[in-house]
Amino acid sequence: MAKECEVVKDYEMKAFSSNVEIESPSAEAIEMKEETAKNISASVSTGDKFKIETNNVHCWYSDFHVLRNVSMGIKPNTVTALIGPSGCGKSTFLRVFNRMNDLIEGFRIEGTVLIDSKDIFSREIVINELRKKVGMVFQKPNPFPKTIFENVAYGLRVNGVSHKKFIEETVERSLRQAALWEEVKDKLQKNALGLSGGQQQRLCIARAIAVEPSIILMDEPTSALDPISNAKIEELIYELKQKYTIIIVTHNMQQAARVSDKTAFFYLGDLVEYDETKIIFTNPKQEKTQNYITGRFG
Amino acid sequence: MALLEHELTQLKGNLVDMFLLVQKQLRKSMRALTDLDKDLGREVLFNERRVNAEELKIDKDCENLIALFSPVAIDLRFIFAAFKINSHLESIGDSAKGITKMVLELETKYDAQLLEAIQLQKMYEIANSMIDDNINALRGDDTSQARLVFKKDDELDSINRHATKIVAEHIAKGATDLVPLLNLITVVRRIERVGDLSSNIAEEIIFYVEAKVLKHEKEKI
Repeated sequence: MAKECEVVKDYEMKAFSSNVEIESPSAEAIEMKEETAKNISASVSTGDKFKIETNNVHCWYSDFHVLRNVSMGIKPNTVTALIGPSGCGKSTFLRVFNRMNDLIEGFRIEGTVLIDSKDIFSREIVINELRKKVGMVFQKPNPFPKTIFENVAYGLRVNGVSHKKFIEETVERSLRQAALWEEVKDKLQKNALGLSGGQQQRLCIARAIAVEPSIILMDEPTSALDPISNAKIEELIYELKQKYTIIIVTHNMQQAARVSDKTAFFYLGDLVEYDETKIIFTNPKQEKTQNYITGRFG
Repeated sequence: MALLEHELTQLKGNLVDMFLLVQKQLRKSMRALTDLDKDLGREVLFNERRVNAEELKIDKDCENLIALFSPVAIDLRFIFAAFKINSHLESIGDSAKGITKMVLELETKYDAQLLEAIQLQKMYEIANSMIDDNINALRGDDTSQARLVFKKDDELDSINRHATKIVAEHIAKGATDLVPLLNLITVVRRIERVGDLSSNIAEEIIFYVEAKVLKHEKEKI
């Protein structure tokens, strides 16, 4: 077993370093970037770096070692799927990025987690600012018992924004981005709880993007939805990656296959394999990954 | 548009490109033969690498689509059909290559009258129009276009039999340079083969659009 772990770790490092290799920009590229940087939006100008980077991350819940030595680089404007059986650590890993695990008693983390090259566990980090940047969508749609409009406007209001026109514009833009505008534009003042499950989930996505995060975390965002709503959310994820970096935890392997650019397979706290989704689902390098995705596990 | 739909449109586009590529290869190989243009022949051989690369790419795309999207019904049939059409197209590319290789060994042009008598140009035109029919059928999911192919294939078969007789007669009359004549029969066979492959492709198109299996059926309705 110990040997196996070594192999896994070795692979992680390789996966990691190969990414670094591909990403290191040439002198020309740097020059070009500098020339045009002024006119390019923030998401593009950071295009040659990892948006999110974890180095040797270990997590514990009290004495339970839930994540072991996870090193991963995630590029901006990509969708990364985290898959693995229950208890493999994928949701814990997801919640590392907005520090939601901090709320759990006995939680402890080692290693570094960088977002936009800044260590999010350093003392200078203001958690509220971090969570503004890193939006989250949960398994069950959880709109507030307020109007559709107020749900989306909520994030702005708690951040002290009071400019009416700005709020209205932001609500419309967010609902449009969440592919919900056409369905709700005539009933913005109705209670959000009257929407269908799929609509509620898209509303939650609209609420998350209203405060302009750059990362969206999704924890099984469609597992409580019917197939049509599921397909709508998946299409939406595909659209949203133009503007955001998305990490999604899913038990539905086909969903991971359909929506993600990269897939990470976790097992018993180890990152077993992390690669292009196409490779994970056609020719995974690790036997464990193959057994899991083909349903031969256990 | 659903994600898979987007991917399938792209796959169809790549398949049409593959059609156009092998169609061009066939056209050039025939011109190289009739004009004894060896430079053009070498171009065909060079471009054969593109055909092979495109084949591998489409194969991989089909594998990815099945692995990533678990397609069902017409989507699944389309991917199966695309996978097989791809392989047939590569074989059409091979036919063009075979004709070209023979051209490169040729020392003198074929007698125009003999080519006329065996109806080589007509054969090529029919084979080429079968490729066109299949492209149209694929682009518009139009099986009526695909069905045009079967009749044309019968026509090619009959010209093929006729051509063999004519070459045999030519030899019987005392022709001495036998190798090019035997090679000419091979050329005719290769074009006839393009017809067979085009029929197979038409069957695949009908399979994915209508879910009908026409393979090994005598009456292709």
